[in-house]
Amino acid sequence: MKIRVRLFSVAKELAGFSEREIEMPDSSQARDVLRMLDGVDHCFGDWSKAFRLAVNQEYVSESHPLKTGDEVAVIPPVSGG
Amino acid sequence: MVRLINSPIGTQEVVESVRTPESGGIDVFIGTTRNQSRGRGVSALEYEAYEPMALKIMELIEREACDRWPLQRVSIVHRLGRVEVGEASIVIAVSSAHRKEAFEACRFLIDRLKQDVPIWKREYLADGTVEWSGEHRERVPLTKREE
Repeated sequence: MKIRVRLFSVAKELAGFSEREIEMPDSSQARDVLRMLDGVDHCFGDWSKAFRLAVNQEYVSESHPLKTGDEVAVIPPVSGG
Repeated sequence: MVRLINSPIGTQEVVESVRTPESGGIDVFIGTTRNQSRGRGVSALEYEAYEPMALKIMELIEREACDRWPLQRVSIVHRLGRVEVGEASIVIAVSSAHRKEAFEACRFLIDRLKQDVPIWKREYLADGTVEWSGEHRERVPLTKREE
């Protein structure tokens, strides 16, 4: 199934891109997208422990089930204000 | 009212947006760019946001504040892009019949915004380096926020 991923701040910098459509196996969970992006070279390193995940602009648990067309965002520790 | 803008924030406009005849007080928080960060000189900050989600969560925390305190109006305006030292990155204004509620709600709003709204700042340091802000902390439980 097709998933749109969006990366921000330090996650964007570490992965080297901000937005992309990826193909994920059916019955994937939110955490699988993070693992996939982290890749074999673990580009996120220790940071990935601090990342939160959002699906369609809402924070979700790591085990949140994905469906085709979802937008998954990797949310590093926020620093607005 | 919640807004993300790319130009300097008109503080007076934000204050006026919450003024009502029923208000006994308006509390305003203005967050500004400080010239220091962890002992190092800062020349400017640059903010980026996951805009649709940031607006959603700003609306959510505005509703939370209105459920908790008897408020008249709430406005939250966050600036994006480059913000020079001394300039405002955020203005929050809250009106209420009595000052206590306005003070409490305003503090709640800025604290909640700093926890959950997907906005990030990059620090342009005086020595020429550029860093993403945000200390490394333990991963918070990834529980879905209640609407």
